[in-house]
Amino acid sequence: MAAINFGYTISQPRAIDIDRNNLRKSDEILREMPELQTCIGCGSCTASCTAGNLTEFNFRKVHTLVRRGEYQGAYEELNKCMLCGKCRLVCPRGINTRGVILLIKRKLGDF
Amino acid sequence: MKKAIVIGGGPAGMQTALQLARRGVEPVIVERENALGGKLRNWHRLFPTFTPATDVLAELRRRVDEKGIEVHLSTEVESFTAKSVKLSDGRTMPCDAVVVTTGFTLFDARIKEEYGYGIYDNVVTSTDLERMFNEGRVVKADGSQPRRIAFLHCVGSRDEKVCQQHCSRVCCVTGVKQAIETKQLLPEADVFNFYMDIRMFGPGYEELYREAQQQYGIHFVRGRISEAAATHDGRIRIKAEDTLTGRPLRMSVDLLVLLIGMRANDTNAAFAAGAGLTRAASGFLQPENLFLDSVRSGVEGIFYAGAVTAPKTVGETVNEAIAAADAAAEYLSKN
Ligand SMILES: Cc1cc2nc3c(=O)[nH]c(=O)nc-3n(C[C@H](O)[C@H](O)[C@H](O)COP(=O)(O)OP(=O)(O)OC[C@H]3O[C@@H](n4cnc5c(N)ncnc54)[C@H](O)[C@@H]3O)c2cc1C
Ligand code: SF4
Ligand code: SF4
Ligand code: SF4
Repeated sequence: MAAINFGYTISQPRAIDIDRNNLRKSDEILREMPELQTCIGCGSCTASCTAGNLTEFNFRKVHTLVRRGEYQGAYEELNKCMLCGKCRLVCPRGINTRGVILLIKRKLGDF
Repeated sequence: MKKAIVIGGGPAGMQTALQLARRGVEPVIVERENALGGKLRNWHRLFPTFTPATDVLAELRRRVDEKGIEVHLSTEVESFTAKSVKLSDGRTMPCDAVVVTTGFTLFDARIKEEYGYGIYDNVVTSTDLERMFNEGRVVKADGSQPRRIAFLHCVGSRDEKVCQQHCSRVCCVTGVKQAIETKQLLPEADVFNFYMDIRMFGPGYEELYREAQQQYGIHFVRGRISEAAATHDGRIRIKAEDTLTGRPLRMSVDLLVLLIGMRANDTNAAFAAGAGLTRAASGFLQPENLFLDSVRSGVEGIFYAGAVTAPKTVGETVNEAIAAADAAAEYLSKN
């Protein structure tokens, strides 16, 4: 049956809805690496990131979304990371960024 | 007459000595450098009002002269207790109380190697820029006029990598002030401030920030520069994330200004060990009580004023000096 064209589509809500998001994974990640919570969003990691220079990959955004319970696509995004460690060199909060990437992938791998 | 030694002759030390004299105590200022004034000697005009630093300095010096306060220049204090001060030349000066006004140390920007200070000619610090303002011109190393200038906030502050976790408080407003002064000198230049957070805590500061944006067209980019490199033509290529758009940002500038932070003096450790004082995690000396006794050290007869306990503005420093002198005078009236 052909879909009827009503001249509009229904958009998914764009808001990050903390009431609906399940923060269990996020909590687990932060419990294992509480230092991630100290991120000040300065963007130094993304600025220096080799992968982010060439693709849409943005480590700061990915881990922030994960902390908000937005897990969709995070694992796949993090596959773009080459684990080169440049981000760790520049992070003013001294976050073990590569450790964060591996942890998120481990936690979301079965998601 | 009871005698109090004021260690350090910056704004805090000068004002402390003046107030001690008013309260009937004999003050003696011991200053390491060959002139009074502390960091104030380096600044051109003060935020947020663009008051010439020399106006403030000259007035403080005039008052110190007028009161006939005893001043020892080029004299460094090595250690002290409440009753005596030991100098690095081996002499000891007896006293009845001590006020510690040794201020702060400017962060050495060479430690942040990724920004190239000391490596690339056209990377300068906020202190260098004040010197240029004093000379009346902002120029590149080759003497030509910069067309595009970037300021980077938080250099040597809020940075785990250089063991400086604290916020230096004054560099944000200094960055805004210097950006405006740069535009006044070079109206054709484009000025960009790279920041993580803009901290405009004082009266008139937020207004100054707005003025920088509206009147002077200064661009504020929310993102910390991660590295700087020289281009073949001697410009500086910087990398940041424009975090508000979520995309990496690259640009070349003629001059990169690093807004260096205020860090604790290395001598605080030895001072604390010698006199039984407490240091905060930041390395600054820790007052007895931040709410009720911020000028008391916790050790009888030893008092604090100014940036020795935390980054402060000149106004805050000078006011605190009055409180410290009063606390010292009160102590001396009882002991
Ligand atoms: C880039 C920059 C720009 C600034 N601009 C402004 C501004 O525009 N407006 C404003 O309000 N504030 C400004 N400030 C802040 C201002 O510099 C401080 O508030 C002020 O200098 C603090 O005064 P102080 O006396 O506590 O310390 P200091 O100025 O550091 O003075 C301490 C004095 O103690 C002496 N001393 C240290 N150790 C010893 C020792 N062992 N023996 C003897 N003497 C010793 C030092 O030589 C120095 O003279 C700025 C700060 C920075 C970093
Ligand atoms: S480790 Fe991954 S996220 Fe970090 S800079 Fe390298 S590629 Fe980018
Ligand atoms: S460099 Fe560190 S503090 Fe800055 S955004 Fe990345 S993870 Fe957060
Ligand atoms: S005042 Fe501004 S520039 Fe200075 S350390 Fe604090 S946030 Fe950074």
